Amino acid sequence: MRVMSAAKMHWPEIRFKVNGSERSVSVPPMKRLLDVLREDLELTGVKEGCGEGECGSCSVLLDGVLVNSCLVPALQASGCEVLTVEGLATNGALAHIQQKFLELGGTQCGICTPGMMLAAESLLKNNPKPDLDEIREGLAGNLCRCTGYMRIIDAVRHASQKPLLAEEQAEIDAVRR
Amino acid sequence: MRDTTQTHIVGTPALRKEGIGKVTGGARYIDDMALPGMWHGATVRSNIARGIIKDIRFGAGIAWDEFVIVTAKDIPGENCIPLIVDHDQPVLVESRVNHPEEPVVLLAHPDKARLHEAVAAVEINYEPLPAVFTIEESERQKTIVWGEDNVIKRFLVEKGDVDSAWQRAAHIVTGEYHTGAQEQLYIENNGVIADWSEADGLTIRGSMQCPYYIHKALLRVFDLPAEKVRVIQAETGGAFGGKEDYPSMIAAHAGLLSKKAGRPVKIIYDREEDLAATTKRHPSRTRYRTAVDGNGRLLAMDIQVDLDGGAYATVTPTVLSRATIHAAGPYCCENIRIRSHAWATNLPPHGAFRGFGSPQTIFGIERHMDQIAKAAGISPEEVRRRNFLAPGKTTATGQEIRDVIDLPGMLDRALKVSDYEAKHLRFARENATSSPIKRGIGVASFMHGAGFTGSGERYLNSLVGLEADATGHVTVLVSSTEFGQGTNTMLSQVAAEALGLSCEDISVAQPDTQRVPNSGPTVASRTTMIVGRLVQDAAHALADILRGKNLLGEIFSVTEFRAACAAYTECFGALRAEARYQAPKDIFWDDVAYKGEAYPAFAWAIYVAEVAVDTRTYSTQVVNFYALQEVGRVINPLLATGQIEGGVAQGIGYALYEKVVWKNGRMSNNQMTNYIMPTAVDVPNIEVYFEEMPCEHGPCGAKGLGELPHDGPAPAILNAIQNATGINFTSIPLLPEDMYLRMAETPEPDAKETAGCV
Amino acid sequence: MRSNASQYELIAPGSLDSVLALLAAEPDAWTPMAGGTELMVALGAGRLEQHKLVSLWGIDELRQITANDDWLSIGAGATFTDIRQNAIVAKDFPLLARAASWTGAIANQNRGTLGGNIVNASPAADSPPVLLVYEAEIELVSAQGRRRMPYSEFHLGYKRTVLRPQELVKAVHLPRGRHLPVEYLRKVGTRNALAISKVALACVGAMQSGKVSTVRIAAASLRETPARLSATEAALLGHALTPERIQAARKALLQEVKPIDDIRSTANYRAHVAANLLEEFLEQMTASNSKTRS
Repeated sequence: MRVMSAAKMHWPEIRFKVNGSERSVSVPPMKRLLDVLREDLELTGVKEGCGEGECGSCSVLLDGVLVNSCLVPALQASGCEVLTVEGLATNGALAHIQQKFLELGGTQCGICTPGMMLAAESLLKNNPKPDLDEIREGLAGNLCRCTGYMRIIDAVRHASQKPLLAEEQAEIDAVRR
Repeated sequence: MRDTTQTHIVGTPALRKEGIGKVTGGARYIDDMALPGMWHGATVRSNIARGIIKDIRFGAGIAWDEFVIVTAKDIPGENCIPLIVDHDQPVLVESRVNHPEEPVVLLAHPDKARLHEAVAAVEINYEPLPAVFTIEESERQKTIVWGEDNVIKRFLVEKGDVDSAWQRAAHIVTGEYHTGAQEQLYIENNGVIADWSEADGLTIRGSMQCPYYIHKALLRVFDLPAEKVRVIQAETGGAFGGKEDYPSMIAAHAGLLSKKAGRPVKIIYDREEDLAATTKRHPSRTRYRTAVDGNGRLLAMDIQVDLDGGAYATVTPTVLSRATIHAAGPYCCENIRIRSHAWATNLPPHGAFRGFGSPQTIFGIERHMDQIAKAAGISPEEVRRRNFLAPGKTTATGQEIRDVIDLPGMLDRALKVSDYEAKHLRFARENATSSPIKRGIGVASFMHGAGFTGSGERYLNSLVGLEADATGHVTVLVSSTEFGQGTNTMLSQVAAEALGLSCEDISVAQPDTQRVPNSGPTVASRTTMIVGRLVQDAAHALADILRGKNLLGEIFSVTEFRAACAAYTECFGALRAEARYQAPKDIFWDDVAYKGEAYPAFAWAIYVAEVAVDTRTYSTQVVNFYALQEVGRVINPLLATGQIEGGVAQGIGYALYEKVVWKNGRMSNNQMTNYIMPTAVDVPNIEVYFEEMPCEHGPCGAKGLGELPHDGPAPAILNAIQNATGINFTSIPLLPEDMYLRMAETPEPDAKETAGCV
Repeated sequence: MRSNASQYELIAPGSLDSVLALLAAEPDAWTPMAGGTELMVALGAGRLEQHKLVSLWGIDELRQITANDDWLSIGAGATFTDIRQNAIVAKDFPLLARAASWTGAIANQNRGTLGGNIVNASPAADSPPVLLVYEAEIELVSAQGRRRMPYSEFHLGYKRTVLRPQELVKAVHLPRGRHLPVEYLRKVGTRNALAISKVALACVGAMQSGKVSTVRIAAASLRETPARLSATEAALLGHALTPERIQAARKALLQEVKPIDDIRSTANYRAHVAANLLEEFLEQMTASNSKTRS
């Protein structure tokens, strides 16, 4: 739901694609992409945790590349393609990464989850079979206070469909037992 | 007591109830919501630690007539947030400021972008007064900032005869330990939307742990009857105690603005404000003086516990209580004295954070046990083994251990899974070479009481409801909130188990004070054991209601249950059962003498930390972590594992990374770039092991485990660092700069170093 | 969010020439912004004082990484990810790839640019010490033309550079073929990722006939600017790495650095750790010496 602005100004339109759809907004060019997504496009799955590019909750894919949307001015998203968490599922079916986060305890309070999953998507796109260190590095810019990262790393590992070593499978079974 | 092997849902990794919304981005947190006509609010705060307001000026260049402005004069009821000590913390400063960032003026405007400039344009002039900023300054009592003597609360616990033990001692070991403030750092900042209407009263939606705490506070602030205040929890992005009491303050602020503006008002803190203005973990100083016999057995413990409470009492008395009760550790000792004080300072009031006083004193006792081991010439694991509590022995408050707990066995298992002995030998060998990396391994053993202390649960008098509709779908009605720890899923599993249903047949109602009864606050590791048990009881009561109308047999199938619900609702209307807390008959607590059964149940744990200390950069990496705990019955192993891992990560931050830098009472590193929490490349692999000894108090035998994992990591890590370097570090957070200072003073580890310093 | 976005202008002329023309026509009026990883933080914190910004993002001319036999040229608009992914950087200038991988985390690297990092001129920045030991040159461009100088001449003092108001950094040029056998880089931050440097040391060197024949040492967070430690280099050049010589080099370093106490760390820690890092580098030099001798 839009909140009324006290002053109505006319800003040049910025056009870009969001989750596959053409969108156009009339906003100040320096408005943060984060705020454009949340306020103008009502995509509240993108979260603000710090506003300083540290926590990664605002992460989106901009032309396929992971960025902190709190640090991108709207004008620089012009003509680009943005993917937010809302764009992950297709026709109501959860994406693989979402399914793994759900099944394997990768989400607790959920506030870091949208950004974290997009960071995972970006990682797996560039490196389809990352080892544990590479997973940790790929997620290093997304802070989670709830999980201690373990279940998230597990979810990403499963999402990468890396064949499991026997002892890894046993470990998962032990936890899930 | 039901045989644990027979549960079908309890004990399984059922999917998180609200998980789909969380992975799709559909979950609605408070800043995702707006109400029609809503304005935004902001807070003007004090920038001195202590003083008297002379005047408030509204600067030029702002169209003030566009703003709604609220001060203390606008408060219809009482200007206080009552918690434990009444008439202590004000909603807004009237004239006396007692800490930096104290709220003075509130502003609201339709355009959020206009607020920051307006806040900056409010000029407050003060007559400053002397302030105190540390325990040491406060206890000098030269400047009195609270009450008669700066003491917010004191406790004295006495068991046996401490004073005569010293002469029998083979060793007298003393030590002093310090812990710093710690920020909860939930990734979702605090926020509230208030909606005032003359007809309906005040409705609050927000990020919170305790809707009924907010409800109770607002009745007083707005002088309203109970039915005119409604508090609804929104999806909450982490809390850890940091949203236990402060949301009442924000709700009061937003409510005042909404009342004056005649429209809804949203207040969302940004990270800088949330860090600087809201509660932190209490800093502590603990002093141990222990008499030990020739075999390393504890003869007497004389313990002093001192906490920094900040400027107002808020939850401090209870934090001190828990710190006090946990200060003697999971050990047998006939003679114990604990003298504890919570001191007022001119810092923003400290508050609840996972552990709630026990991480502070468990740090002290677990560091101290390693010094006792050294003095007695035995290993850290052996000194613990020789002193562990066991069935029949008593705690510091005289509570007899009835759990059939086997701490020596748990210790053995923890040492085995961590490969402790082999690593210990290997590290000693490797550390003797010239490599700059020194490795160490350390242990901490501890317990954590579940539920409120003593008569606390009786006072809370929790009530839980369960409804079933015509289709047999069951709704759990509790004020217990979900904020990631698994409340919704755990309660669904308990209810499903009790009624033979599946999790999909159960919903947990959104905590809304208009709808749900008061099952108490979501704190104190009580939700599974206390509230879960009540949900189980209410489920049985619901089945009994149906049986009472001959609609259900002793044993029933899902189909029969659904048919019974359909029949009942058709004939008799709403189908609802309730369960009210009943204090266990054999729990006795003396609140005055501070003796007796402090908690109905304890969880027990042995944690092992493996570290690598880089003596070039003085930085410590936790390389492996092993967390073994006995928690009664694990309701959901996936969620429980996640709780332990998350708590351990916070404990690692507490030990090595998270420092609040105070400047004149204000947190000066109030940005995420400067308040350092561990990232995915800082947290090691954490191995979690559960042992289960069903407890009679919880549902299916469960106890509490939410806070337990934050108690052990810090002392285990510092014990490991002592193993690696030979140096007894007694203060956390232990930053590389601190390690450098110490090592630059004494470059060679002192192998003969006996118990610490006073 | 402590600023009002509607009080800011951002324009994107879209080409290097049009940006330079704008800067020439309205000197001091427009602040260039590349990936925004610095300026947008300031905006969020309510302390972005420059209200007129001109975007450099998307100007391909500034983002090229090209090479010939003599030079690797990195456009000022190249992101840290571009630098990490470049094959020649990885092979010939590995310290630069490493420094880029330590800057913030992936999302920051995808937007942060080398030029932006250099112009921001923080003494704690990760790449500048590496550029100094690789003897980089920096190319500045304006509507009036170009100039090129050793990067070591770019920084004048704390957050002050030679950049004129109408100028942009065009590229950083790294000389090829000067590869030295020992390369060392270590950053000490507050944690393993997402960390601003407390101290960092970049060193390259070679031994010949048992003596230090070449050595270049540069540091972050030890002076007001990223800096070559020339006194330390002088204490080493031409000498064998005996224990006494190493102690002398430590001493020279401790005397020539001027670190500060700040919110992240202390002066004494920084200096002392820098000396330890120097020793670590000198161990590698010694090891390389025994390798060449055998």
